[in-house]
Amino acid sequence: MATEIDQEKAPAKLKIVEDATCTFCGCVCDDMELTVEGNTITKAKNACVLGKSWFFNHHIEDRPEAMIDGQPASYDEAFDVAADVLFHSQYAITYGLSDTTCEAQRVAVAITDWIGGNLDTTTSVCHGPSGMAFQGVGEVTATLGEIRNRADYLIFWGGNPAESHPRHFTKYSLMPKGQFVPNGRKDRTAVLIDVRKTKSAKAVDTFLQIRPRSDFELAWALRGLARGIDVDPSVEEKTGIPLEQLVEVMEGMKRAKFGAILFGMGVTMTRGKHINSEAVLALARDMNRHTRWIAKPMRGHGNVTGADNVVSWSTGYPFGVSLTRGYPRFNPGEFTSSDLLARREADAALIIASDPMSNFSQPARDHLASIPVVVLDPKLSDTARIAKVAFTTATYGINTTGTVYRMDDIPLPLRPAFESPFKSDYEILKAIEARIRKRQLQAVS
Amino acid sequence: MSLYKIAGGTVYDPANGIDGEVRDIWIRDGRIVDPPDDPGTKPDRTLDASHRVVMPGGVDMHCHIAGPKVNMARKMMPDDKRNAEPVRRTAYTRSGTVGSVPSTFATGYLYAGLGYTTAFDAAIPPLAARHAHEELQDTPVIDKGFFVLMGNNHYIMEQLQNNEEERLKNYVSWLLNATKGYAAKIVNPGGVEVWKSTGGNATGLDDSIEHFEVTPRQILTGVARAATELGCPHPVHVHCNNLGMPGNWQTTLETMKALDGQKGHLTHIQFHSYGGHPDDQATFCSEVPKLAEYVNAHDRLTIDVGQVMFAETTSMTGDGPLGYFLHKVTGRKWYSGDTEMEAGCGIVPIVYKNKSLVHALQWAIGLEWYLLIDDPWRVAMSTDHPNGGSFMAYPEIIALLMDRTRREEVLKGVPEGLRERCSLPDLNREYTLNEIAIITRAGPARMLGLPNKGHLGIGADADITIYNPQDDIQQMFELPKYVIKSGEIIVEDGEIRRDERGKLLHIGPAFDESHTDHIREWFEKYYTIRFRNYPVDDHYLGESHELVATQPM
Repeated sequence: MATEIDQEKAPAKLKIVEDATCTFCGCVCDDMELTVEGNTITKAKNACVLGKSWFFNHHIEDRPEAMIDGQPASYDEAFDVAADVLFHSQYAITYGLSDTTCEAQRVAVAITDWIGGNLDTTTSVCHGPSGMAFQGVGEVTATLGEIRNRADYLIFWGGNPAESHPRHFTKYSLMPKGQFVPNGRKDRTAVLIDVRKTKSAKAVDTFLQIRPRSDFELAWALRGLARGIDVDPSVEEKTGIPLEQLVEVMEGMKRAKFGAILFGMGVTMTRGKHINSEAVLALARDMNRHTRWIAKPMRGHGNVTGADNVVSWSTGYPFGVSLTRGYPRFNPGEFTSSDLLARREADAALIIASDPMSNFSQPARDHLASIPVVVLDPKLSDTARIAKVAFTTATYGINTTGTVYRMDDIPLPLRPAFESPFKSDYEILKAIEARIRKRQLQAVS
Repeated sequence: MSLYKIAGGTVYDPANGIDGEVRDIWIRDGRIVDPPDDPGTKPDRTLDASHRVVMPGGVDMHCHIAGPKVNMARKMMPDDKRNAEPVRRTAYTRSGTVGSVPSTFATGYLYAGLGYTTAFDAAIPPLAARHAHEELQDTPVIDKGFFVLMGNNHYIMEQLQNNEEERLKNYVSWLLNATKGYAAKIVNPGGVEVWKSTGGNATGLDDSIEHFEVTPRQILTGVARAATELGCPHPVHVHCNNLGMPGNWQTTLETMKALDGQKGHLTHIQFHSYGGHPDDQATFCSEVPKLAEYVNAHDRLTIDVGQVMFAETTSMTGDGPLGYFLHKVTGRKWYSGDTEMEAGCGIVPIVYKNKSLVHALQWAIGLEWYLLIDDPWRVAMSTDHPNGGSFMAYPEIIALLMDRTRREEVLKGVPEGLRERCSLPDLNREYTLNEIAIITRAGPARMLGLPNKGHLGIGADADITIYNPQDDIQQMFELPKYVIKSGEIIVEDGEIRRDERGKLLHIGPAFDESHTDHIREWFEKYYTIRFRNYPVDDHYLGESHELVATQPM
């Protein structure tokens, strides 16, 4: 891989990296101007508050390059043990992948394929239901630039972009002046639908505070109105929103030239899950009878969209894929990591750039802690603490090149700020793969 | 530097005028070389090909196998894979899923298994070029490349509006360089922009596209001229307006006429050859004879067919409004994806049934095209995979072309009304093996301007398929005895013997750097990514690539 570090503007010690990409959230803003002094980023121009914390908190940590059973070890020793664990497993799981490059994801998928393991990403605990809804009804969507250049009506649903994706409003959706919305905010109408009044409520024209667990009913009522079907006023009892207000919103939606629904985990992780996502996707689809509408899930992790893409092109399915029979099978609930671990099924794990020990259910954590785990993480995560083998890695985007996909599936290159003494996920996974393949090919020759 | 000899095969190499002659082929370093001067020279290895048919490896010039659209279809259609035999992992090869949209590894192995060694994805939005490259790197064995969508590009429309031909030409060049693509592709020129802005479509070549005040005709001729002047090895690749609409043959004829003697390739022309009235399905019929007559008389036009086969498949297109149309017709799940400044996309599952008069006519219209074009060098085999059917159907199509009794068998099962709506039942032509070699490898390679593909002359890539002759033509082409890629046996009796990466084929036409600032200025106004992060750098070329030469005017 080529490493390209910009040094155009600066003398040896102080360095400016232009057009760097922030991988903290799914917005993947690629207009960072990083000031780098030695091994520290001291300024991150254009970064939001989350981006700044990402760039300022990833310095080189004083940690061993690898740990085996909690004891410092060399990379080479750790590669051997990691390969050994995975090679000898009967049912290994690979999990995480959303905070690393596509190049590393591809190697992780290869390892899982070669050893016949189970492949899953953090999608299964965030927008997995949207992926399943997509399989049910499809999706009418667009890149963020289409929203920026055309959208005159925006519905944010079940999310709080002001705090979760701080630049979404200013760079992609609500505020910017666009090609066909030259006056920016003035040309746009914005609605927020959520169960609580968050910071995002201040930014919109209309806030619909719905009762918890009524997203499906609200979406279904709007679908009815879109189709000209009489909706019963009892919808207010269920959702907390009077029918007249829904009618008014629908009239605005129909008058729009280009509308967009941007929905978050408030839709996907509440009662109904993928049925909620289906309702929202179907609403956006149906609106195309009247005018142009699109929908888009607001993805969280920096490269979770890349993980979906890599897993899909390699196996045909987006997440929750079993390769244990020697070919890909898909079944959320059966092959999703948290479920599989809670049933105490796996006998080894390869965890890449994610921390299931801090967010899985207790039964899943108990089982994970009881099996040999190989962990790749720049930080000493809870999962790294229980690992058989823990690799300290370079941080993607800060120390390594590679490819990440924005939440709208646009692939972007990374421009690292400074070199890390630690290896990248890609390099570590390649070394493990090479060891596993050597053994496998010896066995057949 | 080992020397390899394929001995005594019956060779079909139409590009070199060889029609079923018994010959030896010599290979060194992955290429075909002259026989040694000393007749006593012994090769390091010999493959006995006696009593076998030897052809160059197949070339699929128009398919959808990589990039955002294809991957969305994979994600959307788990159902499509459950009834299909998967590709199992072996000691040397990766696993995958099949159905109408196979996963990347499966795609490479399946093409190789059919004796195809080169394939081009036909519709990549430039903004997603990196994605296409990543998938192609994970598509083993075959050599590959892609066409770059340009027919609804805002910069191109603006330059046409302002009569800035030099800027247009340089932008086309810049875009091909920035994406590391192979050819300029236009899909429903102007119509996709209408869809993106209003939900409508362009209806003909002379509609004015709102905001840009240009017509599909201007986009077509402007991009065609740019591709010609840049000396692109493949001319403009055209998906006409009004795909699938009854009566669209007139748009297609107008498109051919608009090219006015310029080189152009009209793709999946089956979908563009319909008579009848747009509002009345009952009037649907074939207009292939009139269009084929025009193509026969104009030797700068080439076509591929986009054959429909009776099966379940997935429609996927850069033609956004077409996706919506198919969703409305079928009522099935629908993906639509608009790409800023550049392109659109539609995906809908579809089932072609022989009991449907419209579907049966589409099938027949495809075959009429193969049978009514006099010069096989100007028609390439395609199903527009997976739109008309999977590339896995090519052996069946070959059998239909070589054996008219097979066509008659199928015709027995289709609605009676077909006979009066197309000429297929009256066509007795049967393809020869040599003609099959033309439409599946030599012809598409020549249309693409690939000097080292589709033939077995000196210097050609040693991509070779060896078949056991059989009475059952379909079976013969479904299961080659050997498939050789870059001089190595990759497939034997249907088994992949070793993995190979294959190489990327791309072009780098000349670009006048003085145009960069103007492009950047426009780019920075509207795109949501940085200008410098747009071009694809060399690391996406993968382990192996070939820059195919351009010949500017």
